[in-house]
Amino acid sequence: MAFLTDRKRATGTGSAKSGTHHHWQMMVTSVALLVLIPFFVFTFGAILGAPYEEVIAYYQRPFPAVVAILTMLVGFFHFRLGVQTLIEDYVHGLARKAAIIGMICLSYAAAAFAVFAIIRIAL
Amino acid sequence: MVQVGSQGAVEPDSIKPLKGRLMADVNRGNRPLSPHLSIYRPQWTSITSILVRITGNALIVAALLIVWWFVAAASGPEAFATADGVIRSWFGKLVMFGSIWALWYHSLGGLRHLVWDSGRMLDVDKSEMAGQMMVVLSVILTIFTVIVL
Repeated sequence: MAFLTDRKRATGTGSAKSGTHHHWQMMVTSVALLVLIPFFVFTFGAILGAPYEEVIAYYQRPFPAVVAILTMLVGFFHFRLGVQTLIEDYVHGLARKAAIIGMICLSYAAAAFAVFAIIRIAL
Repeated sequence: MVQVGSQGAVEPDSIKPLKGRLMADVNRGNRPLSPHLSIYRPQWTSITSILVRITGNALIVAALLIVWWFVAAASGPEAFATADGVIRSWFGKLVMFGSIWALWYHSLGGLRHLVWDSGRMLDVDKSEMAGQMMVVLSVILTIFTVIVL
């Protein structure tokens, strides 16, 4: 015990065990999305409604494709963190764990599908 | 049960030996709980905060629709026609229109959190003004987006 600092003994013993990392990741993804979202809305919105060939040609351009990839990656990671907080507030017991695991899997799966699809269109 | 203002719980003797180990549990069941929505007067700060949570999580519907749209476009013209048709149907348009507002509102809510995290605008009057600004600006941004796109 004598070799432990006061901080080391206190770390992780709060009711939430940890949490600053979750909050920090939320801050980083929020800042990133504040930039990405306007770009995504006005690139995706511009081509939504166009015929198939135009959509494919549009997402073969680097800028719309990279904006879409980054928005999907960062957006679904941000959702994964946010929905976890939502579940922790309203769901309890085994259902909480099941819901958190389910939503994490859904978030990463959706991001993977989106990124794969955009890269396939672009290349 | 919501028991507001019932502080100063009497401890049964039986749990006294546990006090050192279970300090947080000693008063459980007998201490005041935080006010719940049903007895809490709606305020700009609370309502705008709850709406940030609702909009953020509801955006999963539009997000998954857009993922489907991209996957369909990568799969070929027939699959794209199906997904594009759903997104451009009256139902899809309703979801996308609502999601544009939700997206701008949630973004402004995130911006407000970043400002709060920097230690600014934490006074009640400034927080309420920020909430009112979020509502007004999100509507203006939604109208602007619909006109431009």
